[in-house]
Amino acid sequence: MAVMTLDVDGASHRLDVEPEMPLLYALRDELGMNNPRFGCGLAQCGSCTVLMDGQPIRACVVPVAAVTGKVRTLTGLGTVGEPHPVQQAFIDEQALFCGYCMNGWILYAAALLERDPDPSDETIREAFTGLKCRCGSHSAILRAVKRAAATLSEQEG
Amino acid sequence: MGWYDTAVKRRDVLKGGGCLVVSLVAPQARRALAAEDRPLWRALSPGQLDTYLKIDENGRVTAFFGKMDMGQGVDISIAQIVADELDLPMDRVDVLMGDTALTVNQGGASGSTGIERGANPLRNAAAEARRVLLELGADRLGVEADEVAVAEGAVYLRADPARRVGYGELIGGGHFDVRLEWNGRYGNALDALGSVAPKDPSAYRVVGQSFPRRDLPDIVMGTHEYIVDVRVPDMMHGRVIRPPVAGSVPVSVNGDSIGAIAGARVVHEGDYLAVVAEREWDAVRAAQQLEVTWSEVEPPFPEMDDLYDHIRRAPVVRESAGGPWGADVAPDRDAVQAALDRADRVIEAEYEFPFQSHASMGPACAVCDYRGDSATLWTGSQKPHHAAEGVANILGLPAGNVRGIWVPGPGSYGRNDAGDAAMDAAVMSRAVGRPVRVQGMRAEGTAWDPKAPASVHFARAGFDEAGNVSGYEMRMKGFSAGDTDSNESDPSHSYAGALLDWPNASVHRLDNQGDLYEFPVNVRYWQTIAPLLERASPLRTAHLRDPLGPQIHFASECFMDEMAVAVGADPVEFRLRHLPEGRDADVLKAATERYGWEPGVPGPTAPPTGGVVTGRGVAYTRRGSPVVAVIADVEVDLDTGRVWPRRFVVASDQGIVVNPLWLRRTIEGNIIHAASRALYEEVQFTPERVTSVDWISYPILEMADAPEEIDIVLVNRPELPPYGAGEPSTRTVPPAIANAVFDATGLRIRRAPFTRERILAARRSADDSRSSQEFS
Repeated sequence: MAVMTLDVDGASHRLDVEPEMPLLYALRDELGMNNPRFGCGLAQCGSCTVLMDGQPIRACVVPVAAVTGKVRTLTGLGTVGEPHPVQQAFIDEQALFCGYCMNGWILYAAALLERDPDPSDETIREAFTGLKCRCGSHSAILRAVKRAAATLSEQEG
Repeated sequence: MGWYDTAVKRRDVLKGGGCLVVSLVAPQARRALAAEDRPLWRALSPGQLDTYLKIDENGRVTAFFGKMDMGQGVDISIAQIVADELDLPMDRVDVLMGDTALTVNQGGASGSTGIERGANPLRNAAAEARRVLLELGADRLGVEADEVAVAEGAVYLRADPARRVGYGELIGGGHFDVRLEWNGRYGNALDALGSVAPKDPSAYRVVGQSFPRRDLPDIVMGTHEYIVDVRVPDMMHGRVIRPPVAGSVPVSVNGDSIGAIAGARVVHEGDYLAVVAEREWDAVRAAQQLEVTWSEVEPPFPEMDDLYDHIRRAPVVRESAGGPWGADVAPDRDAVQAALDRADRVIEAEYEFPFQSHASMGPACAVCDYRGDSATLWTGSQKPHHAAEGVANILGLPAGNVRGIWVPGPGSYGRNDAGDAAMDAAVMSRAVGRPVRVQGMRAEGTAWDPKAPASVHFARAGFDEAGNVSGYEMRMKGFSAGDTDSNESDPSHSYAGALLDWPNASVHRLDNQGDLYEFPVNVRYWQTIAPLLERASPLRTAHLRDPLGPQIHFASECFMDEMAVAVGADPVEFRLRHLPEGRDADVLKAATERYGWEPGVPGPTAPPTGGVVTGRGVAYTRRGSPVVAVIADVEVDLDTGRVWPRRFVVASDQGIVVNPLWLRRTIEGNIIHAASRALYEEVQFTPERVTSVDWISYPILEMADAPEEIDIVLVNRPELPPYGAGEPSTRTVPPAIANAVFDATGLRIRRAPFTRERILAARRSADDSRSSQEFS
C-alpha cells in the first residue's frame, strides 16, 4: 500500500492503495465515483476513458501510481445546466443507445476538437480508433461530433 | 403467481429489502417513489387500473410499465400513447419500469414487443381512466357526463370551458379502484381491457410526433446510474472462476493461494466456484491467483474448421416446417423433390453462419442481498421479473420474496450474460451472508455469454424452361435457437444453476423464413441438433437480437439473388414477381424508389482485377408483422479484402409510427449492429474452449468502417397497430451486404462473416478456377 494524491475534476484526494491498482478501481471504489466504467480491462474499448492533462487515457490499465497529471472525468466535463458543446451535440443528435461506452466517445471527441476544431470525416473516424460501441450508435456519433465542431466554430467566429 | 395479487406479501418483501431498497432503485424509479408516501399502496393486479396508472395531486401521471426499454426509447413511446389517451401533454407523463414490486410482469424486453404488445394494457387503462375522470369531473361540476369534455389534463364544461377541474383535483393521489378485464396471462401475452375502447388513431396528437429520450442528458453528463454503480452497505465483490477446459469442474481448491488478500474468500458449492472479497480489485486479484485443480475431461468441441461439417453430420433432434411456436409441421420433402426432378434446371447453394456473442459493452453485473427468507436483486437483465423469479428459485424462496430492481446495464440484445450474473450474485450472497456485487471480466461477456447459434442452410430451386420457379426448398440445420431459454426464471438455464446440479433442460427451439414469396412448391424447414456440451457450456445458445433472423435470411435472401442471376433477372423485379401486392411489395418499392434503383442483373460485366470496386445489394424480409427492405452500397478493396458498407437505404413498415425520431435511431442501431455481425463477428474456439475472449479475438465494427449514410424511409401505416422495430431490420442486412459484394466482385460469399481473409480467399479461388479454365 502507498499513500498518494489524485487530482480529479478539480478536487484533490488522498489514497492509500496498492500502487499497481488501476486508476479505474481507485476512482470507482476508493473515491466512490460512478465514472468511468469497466468495459474490458484491456484498453480495447474506451468505456473507462478519462482525460489526464487533457489527453484521453484508459483508466482500466493505467496504474494509479502512474497518474501524474490532473484527471478529468466525463462528470467533470460539463453539467446539464452547463454542458460541454460535445455533450450538447450528443443530446441534440440523441447519439447513443445504452450509453455505457459514452466516456470514451465524448472525451475523445472533446480532446479531438481541442486540437482540431474543424476535423474532416476521416480525422474523426481515425481519432476514434479503438473505441467500441455495441449498440450501433456510430452514425449518430459522427453526426454529433460534426455538430459540436460547427457549434464551436460558431462560438469562435 | 399469487403474489402479484397479494398486497400483504409485497409489504413483507419491502421490509425484507429494508430501507436501502428505496435509496438504491434506478433514478426514474427513485423519483416516483419519493413522491409516493406509500410506495406499494396499489393492488398490483393485472386486472386493476391502478396497477398501470397513478395520477398525483398536480395531475402528473405515472405509467407503470412491465416491459423494458434497452436504449431505444420504448418508454417514451409508452408515455406518448398514455398521454394521447388521457389528453395530456407529453411532459406530464412519467413512465416507471423495471421494478418487480411496482410493475406487473409484462415479459420484460422480448422479441421487439415493447410497444407492439406492451402498450396495450397501458393504453386500455388510460382510456378507462379518462372515462372515470370524465364522470368524476361531471359530478364535480354538477352536470351530466355528456356535457363535459377533456383537454390538457382537465375536465371542462363544453358550454363554458372556463369551468374546469384538473385531474389532480379529481383523483390526485387516490385510487381509481376500477377493474379491467385481464386475460389471465403474464409475460408478453398479458393484456387487460377496459369498458371503453381506446381512441381512434386519427385522434392522436402526441403519437406520431418525435420526442427525445429523457435519460440521455444524464448519460452524457456521466451522472446516469448503471447497474455497475449500485452500492449496498456491507457489500462484497465476487468473481466466478471458470474452467480452463469447457466442462471441466474443480476437484480441489487451494484457499491458501489467496490468503495474502485480506478478506478474500472462496465460494465452492457443488461444481460451482467463485471468490468474494471486500474490494473489487481484491476480487479481481483473487480470481487470478486462486489455485484450482480441475477434472480431466475430453475436449467437448470439434475443431473450429470442422464446425459446419459437424452440423451437416449431426443427427436431427427436432424438425419443423412451422414457426417457433405451436406444433411441429412435417416438411413435404417428396413434393419438393418431385418438383425439382421435373425441373428444367436446378440450382443449389449452401450457406454457413457462425456462433456469435452478445459481447455487451461491459460484462454483466448484478447485486444480490440475500436475507434468509427474502432477497433483493439489482440487475441489468432485460427481464427483471423473470430474473427475480430465477433468483428466488435458486435460493429456494417463494417468488414473492425476491424483489428485482432493474438498473440500466451495458447494453442488452437478448439473453446475454445478465441472467447468469443475477444467479451468481444470489449464490454468492447466500454463501457469505452479505450483499454481493458480481461483475465479470471481459472474457465472461464474450467467451461465457450464451451464444447465437451456428447453422448451415441448404437451398435448392428448380426452374421450368421459361425460367419460372417451379420448386423451392430451404433446409436449415443448426443448434437450437436457444437451448438457454431467454426467460431467466429457470436456474437450469444459467451457468450457476447447471453447476449446482439443476437438471439439464435444453430447449430445442427453431424458426422459419420470414417472407411472403409465392412459389408453386415452397418448402422451408428447420432442423436442430444437440448442443456440443450439455452442462455449463460457453457455447450454450440463446436469443441474440433477432434470434435466427440473420442466419436464415442471409441464406434465403442471398439465394433469391442467386435465383435472379440464374434467370438473368433484376433482383428487385425478381422478388416483386413472387410477392403479392401489399405491404411487402410496397416496402420493397419504397426502398428502390428512394435509392433510385435502375434495373440490372447483379454482378460485374467482367471479373475485376484489383483495386476498389463498388456494388449494390438488395434484401427484403418480414418478421411477423413488420416488413423491411434494405439496399446496401458497398466498396470492396480487392487488394486488402476490406468490405465497407458505405451506404444503406432502408424502407421499414412498422405499422403506425409512434415516435419517428427513435424509430429511426432504432433502425440505425439495428443496421450497424447487423453489419458488424455480417462483416466481423465469429466466435472462435478450440476443442477445449472458446478463444474469443476480448475485442481482439472477437472484433466488431469500428468507426473507420461505419457507414457514411443510413437513409431511412418510414412507411407509416396509421391504420395498423404499432409493430416492433427493435430487431426486424437486423435480418435484412447480412444478405444485402453479401449481395452487394457479389454485384461488385462476382464473388458469392456464402459463409459469414465476410472478413478480409474470406474475401481474399474467395478471390484467389475464383482466380485459380479462371486460370485453370483458360488452360484446359
